[in-house]
Amino acid sequence: MLTYLAGRIASAVPIVLLVAIFIFSLVNLTPGDPAVLLAGDNATPAQVEVIRERLHLDQPLPTRFVVWAGNALRLDLGESIYSNQPVTKLIAQRLEPTFVLAIATLILTVVIAVPLGVIAAWKVNTWIDRGIMAFAVLSFSVPVFVIGYLLAYVFAVQLKWLPVQGYVPLADGILATLRSVALPAMALALVFAALIARVTRASMLEVLSENHIRTARAKGLSTRRILVIHALKNAGVPVITVIGIGFATLIGGVVVTESVFNIPGIGRLTVDAITRRDYPVVQGVILFFSVLLILINIAVDMSYALFDPRVKG
Amino acid sequence: MTDTLSVEHLNLTFENENGAVLALDEISFSLARGEILSLVGESGCGKSVTAMAIMGLLPPGSAKISGSIRLGPTNLLDLNEAELRNVRGNRIGMVFQDPMTSLDPVHTVGMQIAEVVQRHRGADAKAARSRALEMLDLVRIPDARNRLQAYPHELSGGMRQRVMIAMALACNPEVLIADEPTTALDVTVQAQILELIGELKSELSMSVILITHDLGVVASTADRMMVMYAGRIVEEGPVERVFSRPSHGYTAGLLQSLPGYGSTLRSHLTEIAGSVPRLDHRNPGCTFAPRCRFATGHCNAPLPDAHEIGANHRSLCIRDTAVFEAISNHEIVRAWA
Ligand SMILES: Nc1ncnc2c1ncn2[C@@H]1O[C@H](COP(=O)(O)OP(=O)(O)OP(=O)(O)O)[C@@H](O)[C@H]1O
Ligand SMILES: [Mg+2]
Repeated sequence: MLTYLAGRIASAVPIVLLVAIFIFSLVNLTPGDPAVLLAGDNATPAQVEVIRERLHLDQPLPTRFVVWAGNALRLDLGESIYSNQPVTKLIAQRLEPTFVLAIATLILTVVIAVPLGVIAAWKVNTWIDRGIMAFAVLSFSVPVFVIGYLLAYVFAVQLKWLPVQGYVPLADGILATLRSVALPAMALALVFAALIARVTRASMLEVLSENHIRTARAKGLSTRRILVIHALKNAGVPVITVIGIGFATLIGGVVVTESVFNIPGIGRLTVDAITRRDYPVVQGVILFFSVLLILINIAVDMSYALFDPRVKG
Repeated sequence: MTDTLSVEHLNLTFENENGAVLALDEISFSLARGEILSLVGESGCGKSVTAMAIMGLLPPGSAKISGSIRLGPTNLLDLNEAELRNVRGNRIGMVFQDPMTSLDPVHTVGMQIAEVVQRHRGADAKAARSRALEMLDLVRIPDARNRLQAYPHELSGGMRQRVMIAMALACNPEVLIADEPTTALDVTVQAQILELIGELKSELSMSVILITHDLGVVASTADRMMVMYAGRIVEEGPVERVFSRPSHGYTAGLLQSLPGYGSTLRSHLTEIAGSVPRLDHRNPGCTFAPRCRFATGHCNAPLPDAHEIGANHRSLCIRDTAVFEAISNHEIVRAWA
């Protein structure tokens, strides 16, 4: 298991390298002077000069990449042009809200989607199945921000059960935090859940037609036990895979949702950085998300062994 | 001899959008305590469906069933799903054909045996585990204690089939249904599994329905046999008796496809020509007649009920004497018996 993990991490290195080259090229290979680009629109020639020196722009490209990548490895991603704060610090500050939102969304998604998928597969071709699938198609086709505004209107503006927007840090009490992310997590989860429910259903349908399910029935086991202990565990690998893939979608959704609900997370940081053309921050955020996705992929791969003993760690 | 299981006038039709398929036509038989009853016939004749009907595992929507299936005094067809669940795995155990796919690949074999004990015996986890160990020993799996932790993919086909048997017998069922339990295994393992079933039958004093299309298996294992053709039982009797005095054109054809049986006829009867008809309605005449070398015009007229050929030996064939005479002109070799 540990050697497998080490192998997976080792094999991720080239991918990270490619991503790094891509992000580096984004700024350094676009036409025009990278120093001007990085300095932003309102920079004075003196500021541009400072940046040129600091980034060794007089050096050849490969040398510059090595210096940049070396800094990135030491978690030095440069400074924001807008606030002059280190990019790493900016990201770290915004980590908590995004992390809480993502975890809440993930839990909500699994809690909604997996049972719906299991029930739909069990009741395949009945009106229950069709109803669940219709709901899934619907919530997958509506954009996150529409669902977000809709939920905010109903539960915050009309019913006043939950705050309209904003984020309460964990330090101020977990309950308040959960209340503040409830609506954005729900908005994201609805979209995400649609995907997971469909995959759960498809995967369950396949497993339910397998011979060992017939054996389980011949043993007199209860329907619930057959569905959960036997079928769902067998169906787990595709579901976990899609949850992993869905994380990529989720990150896109987080960016939008944080804007809709005014949550000061990494999504907001990204949007703000893009609108301000704060290139070092944009670079940093892309690198952060890329590495995160790679890590999630590794975690997903590792988790296969939990579901299927034939997957050797 | 008391009957453990008795099936009477069992009729089964599958109904779907494309119409109805008659799968079982007036099936009646009984299974005595402590006997091995073998069900033989070509693919598609209704062997598995008979087993699934007894287990109550037919698809509830499309399967239309009538008649009675009595286990002791209870008609299983009168039970609801919850009551049936208490019978399955408890009073009737079942072993399926393909041990490679019939076990759940993601749970240990110990867990898969233990759960059926917990389900029916209300045993706690510890008791269920020790029962699982006991069962693995019973089916002669070496190093049973360590095998409890094994996953199915870590075991050979023969070992998996032993696990299936252990699972089916864990609650001491009155009846074991084994649906082609050895078809997927290689020959030496086949013999071991059949031997095991025979031994366990005596040790546990249960009754066995052994489904197969291999007459060699029947000869070596079963006490009594039923020959099925297109959803009907065409001949039924003690194995020795049916082998030495086949009384249905179809049985004769089956037997002659065995190596060493009635050698002169073999040349043109190695395989029975034609295939099993699919029935969408009940044919009152003999459904085998179109493929039968003994058939006459009378065979298409409505058939009388099965008649006695001898003690416990029944046939549906009106040409049974002609069949027997044709066969008995040739030396019967039963080297495989
Ligand atoms: N769920 C079902 N719906 C419709 N028809 C079915 C269904 N199950 C079985 N049948 C039909 O019933 C008939 C008997 O099938 P069965 O599986 O009992 O054959 P079998 O004798 O066990 O054959 P084999 O030796 O191939 O296992 C076949 O014609 C089959 O197509
Ligand atoms: Mg079959």
